[in-house]
Amino acid sequence: MTMLYDEALDRFEPVLGLETHVELGTRSKMFCGCKTTFGAPPNTQVCPTCLAFPGALPVANAKAIESTIRIGLALNCSIAEWCRFARKNYFYPDMPKNYQISQYDEPLCYDGYIDVEVNGETVRIEIERVHLEEDTGKSTHVGGATGRIHGADYSIVDYNRAGIPLVEIVTKPIPGTDRLAPEVAKAYVTELREIMRSLGVSDVRMEEGSLRCDVNVSLMPRGSSEWGTRTETKNVNSLRSVERAVRSEIERQAGVLAEGGKIVQETRHFHEDTGTTTSGRSKEEAQDYRYFPEPDLVPIAPDPAWVAELKAALPELPSVRRKRLQAEWGLSDLDMQAMHNADAFDLVEATVAAGAPAADARKWWMGELARRANETGTSLAELPITPAQIARVTELVASGALNDKLAREVLEGVLAGEGTPDEVVEKRGLQIVNDEGELSAIIDQVLADNADAADKVRSGKIAAAGALVGGVMRASKGKADAARARQLILEKLGVSE
Amino acid sequence: MSAITRDEVAHLARLSRLALTDDELDHYATQLDAIIESVAKVAEVAAEDVPPSSHALPLTNVFRADEVSPCLTPEQALSGAPAVEDDRFRVPRILGEEA
Repeated sequence: MTMLYDEALDRFEPVLGLETHVELGTRSKMFCGCKTTFGAPPNTQVCPTCLAFPGALPVANAKAIESTIRIGLALNCSIAEWCRFARKNYFYPDMPKNYQISQYDEPLCYDGYIDVEVNGETVRIEIERVHLEEDTGKSTHVGGATGRIHGADYSIVDYNRAGIPLVEIVTKPIPGTDRLAPEVAKAYVTELREIMRSLGVSDVRMEEGSLRCDVNVSLMPRGSSEWGTRTETKNVNSLRSVERAVRSEIERQAGVLAEGGKIVQETRHFHEDTGTTTSGRSKEEAQDYRYFPEPDLVPIAPDPAWVAELKAALPELPSVRRKRLQAEWGLSDLDMQAMHNADAFDLVEATVAAGAPAADARKWWMGELARRANETGTSLAELPITPAQIARVTELVASGALNDKLAREVLEGVLAGEGTPDEVVEKRGLQIVNDEGELSAIIDQVLADNADAADKVRSGKIAAAGALVGGVMRASKGKADAARARQLILEKLGVSE
Repeated sequence: MSAITRDEVAHLARLSRLALTDDELDHYATQLDAIIESVAKVAEVAAEDVPPSSHALPLTNVFRADEVSPCLTPEQALSGAPAVEDDRFRVPRILGEEA
């Protein structure tokens, strides 16, 4: 029986650990010159080296080494002065060599940290190591009931991905997150993703597997200082899943422990549809990787001067950028957090750069456009509208050519593919009625149709003017300038505010 | 005292997916023992001033530029494969049924 989250947290404290794999965006593979394009037809990006033909030898990709060191530096790590690749031996056919070239006890980067913000609190996540290895091929299991490796009749393997440089980032155990454990895990992976993006080392697309996360969770009874047995949950393929997987594993483990059961140290699989985990690797498959130094690759000894250069040339990191943007834009913590969650910084920054005031840029992206993205199930960046177009709309509003209601219609037209904001205004005839004569005629008609309300205003009940302004807006199909209409109504009725 | 036990040989055989008979386990245990003993002689001559090494050449930082070179065609890549399906290498069942 699983236990409800709140009860689980009343009785137990979680300890987290996160292992994140990042596929580097190099042009060629880690140890050979094969292309790395995602989604290419099977076995079209392979050569004698990544297929492990006899006699083929690996040579390390300089760019991948550089990217790994830059990642380590961005995560405040120390960089090894000397380290080696190691062979990780296993029998799965996803590596044709029967081993994966990885790093074992000598990672390229070690002992770092990043700070993440959760509910206004800063949580420091310590990084144990950052190492470089090669990705594996893609196996498809045929036959059997579930499409999984267990019970399959046979498997077919595509080695396009085999040998793509893969960076593994491992945290130290993270105690003390308490009820925020799921949020901390999500915030950490989100922050890592942004750091990778700012470094330009990977496209970090979780849905394409270029960013993958394994979530380790253990529980200890409240008041205890002895950590429990942990499980490792794989197949966590979205930021939301990171959060759900931690939560679900806490609930499951609490249930087992509460009934006097023991947690088995095992690999578990996360299921997107149910949000739960199932046991993945049984004891039968217990691994013994027999690591040893890779004899085909000589050691790596990064020149400290080069490392210092790389460090000096690091781009502005996301957390620093957020502080700078907040200061420049003068927005609240809450606004910044909402924009962070919606991945809106790039868009708002570009909109501001295109001439819009920050508050307006925020308002449109986080209001109307966020609503549209939510409705269509896309990200803001995927909406078919550009920051420059948003900036143009804010300009039209500022100049009085549009009001907010019309501006929303313009955005709708742009999103519907009707052209630029100016073209949509033209095609849909959305200009504000600036012709005083036309506006005056509309008002006269509204006053005539609403004699009661007009009399109330005349007699000093100025609040009743709201209904008249509403009538003018309706009669003009929203194209009147409401403030000007109110002014004219009061003038015509001979009262002042 | 042998350097490797019969149980260890059985463990290695399992990791290597080799089905060895009892006779073969005894046979390989003796042979592997001799190999380990021979290698151990190196330790006898290693002096304090000789650091352990994993590589024969005193080289570091041998890298290649991140440049794409031609790949094999799928036909070439799969030409030596015992079995092929949908342009992929077809391999026998990896694991049995879940316990």
